[in-house]
Amino acid sequence: MTEERLIISRKTNNKFFLMIAIGVVLLIAGIIIAALSGGHQAEGHGEAAAAGHEAAHWSKRLYMNLWLNNVYFTGIALVGVFFVAVQYVAYAGWSVLIKRIPEAMGYYLPIGGAVMLITFLLGGHDIFHWTHDYLYNQFLEDGVTPNPQYDPIIAGKAPYLNFWFFLIRMVAYFVLWILFFNWLRRNSLNEDLNGGTNYYHKSIRISAMFLVVFGVTSSTSAWDWVLSIDTHWFSTMFGWYVFASWWVSGLAVITLTVIMLKQNGYLKMVNANHLHDLGKFVFAFSIFWTYIWFSQFMLVWYANIPEESIYFIERLGGNGGHFKWIFFVNLLVNFAFPFLVLMTRDAKRQMIMLKIVTIAILIGHWLDFYLMMMPGTLRTDAGIGFIEIGTTLIFLGVFLITFTKGLAKASLVPVNHPFLEESVHHHV
Amino acid sequence: MTKKFVLGIYDDEDVLLQAIENVRAAGTKIYEVFSPYPIHGIDDVLGIKRSRLPIVAFLCGLFGMCFALWMQIWMLGFDWPMIIGGKPHIALPAFIPVTFELTVLCSAFGMVITFFIVTKLKPSIKVNVFDKRSTDDKYVMAIEVKEGVTDISALNNLLRSNGAIEVNEKEVIK
Repeated sequence: MTEERLIISRKTNNKFFLMIAIGVVLLIAGIIIAALSGGHQAEGHGEAAAAGHEAAHWSKRLYMNLWLNNVYFTGIALVGVFFVAVQYVAYAGWSVLIKRIPEAMGYYLPIGGAVMLITFLLGGHDIFHWTHDYLYNQFLEDGVTPNPQYDPIIAGKAPYLNFWFFLIRMVAYFVLWILFFNWLRRNSLNEDLNGGTNYYHKSIRISAMFLVVFGVTSSTSAWDWVLSIDTHWFSTMFGWYVFASWWVSGLAVITLTVIMLKQNGYLKMVNANHLHDLGKFVFAFSIFWTYIWFSQFMLVWYANIPEESIYFIERLGGNGGHFKWIFFVNLLVNFAFPFLVLMTRDAKRQMIMLKIVTIAILIGHWLDFYLMMMPGTLRTDAGIGFIEIGTTLIFLGVFLITFTKGLAKASLVPVNHPFLEESVHHHV
Repeated sequence: MTKKFVLGIYDDEDVLLQAIENVRAAGTKIYEVFSPYPIHGIDDVLGIKRSRLPIVAFLCGLFGMCFALWMQIWMLGFDWPMIIGGKPHIALPAFIPVTFELTVLCSAFGMVITFFIVTKLKPSIKVNVFDKRSTDDKYVMAIEVKEGVTDISALNNLLRSNGAIEVNEKEVIK
């Protein structure tokens, strides 16, 4: 089988850098606008505080955006490793030709880890209510007067939700994920050089171990990074909910990349049959995400217990209906649209249809994460403006640079994979 | 009325696929091909059009969805309104699980029933043009002999020259 090397031209790379530059400009513009209007608010600070409303500082909005985008892109990178691992454990043959794409997505993980750590250390108080020490002291300093800010519910979660344990967990997730990513990648690259089935069998064992790690960490990281924003509230479905969102976004990235590469003359042996399977994945897991979404929503809606339903009230009529449109757009873009458009066989085999749907899904699930994080933090100060678009463009640019660099490092066709022949002749 | 069929027996999948192509290229209409398992690409070679069953599935699913919604809205909203959990009589989220189940049920049953009707599969079906070995390790290509044709040596030669290990003649009373 012939090797295929991806060459990222200077022009393409410059486009990515331009994307980052535009992002930075928009971000700075957004911050200046927010700081100016925020300064105006500060003048009437006493009045605003008395009215029980204080406009969020621009830095809070910046931290929230860093957190949102980083969780989103880290999840996509992680899903790349997960996809490869699933294919190995399932002895899948069809995906061999496109395997290098999810494999290269993992290159974003170290950056994701660094950004996550820095954002948490700098902006932890802005993102997570539970990081404030005063919530945990039952009495004021004299030891007698009850602390009015004491929160028994949050204090009860202290054994899990405390600064150091949270930090240790975060580092552990990234160390484990990056370790397994490197391990799988190294075996895959060595297979290209030396051939034989040893690397394949070894990869299956590594993948099986990774899946166990992923099964636990994907849920716990979702609790840590997303669920704990709404500290009082909890949902036993939340781990799967975030996983479903990550997974379908990751599948959309894989599909979109395959199409982009194919349209630029790469991946010559990939045909409509492979696209069909990827389309089925995107279609099926859009429905899976909806299933999880609805399961979580309906139980809360039906039971109608105040401490539970507050979560959806904040996203519907609460916060002055600020998030209502996103709530419904979320369902339309992530369920109705892919469900109806990708239903037929022909749609899943056409690049243009897949392209439209995957781009819609990627925007839709960004909004999904937005809806998970913003109502609990920025509340009515949340918006989608220069800061949001700018930060997203920066992250997208960085992700694309690391991703394409990773893709260019090795042949796009894993030349010595034992199932390569099966993938070339894949037929559905 | 009797009909005559010629059955070509093959023992190799690739030879069979090539034979189908050659026989069709020679202008001979193939009545049916029997195989112990589905063969990749045989639909294209035989020139079989894609099944329209998915359309039936969609329409049945759509019917199931409408039926389920109508049933619940009518029952709980108009025929016998009850207050359940303080929710409105017509509370859409509560109807979704039943709607989902009925959509899937109607879609699946509709497909199966349509399939049986279209293929005329029924318990009393008699398959006359049949060689039992096609359920084991052989592939069988059946060609209907045109009325008035008595000499089948041409068909015999065609099948044998394309790798058939055996050619049988079968007369069927219709």
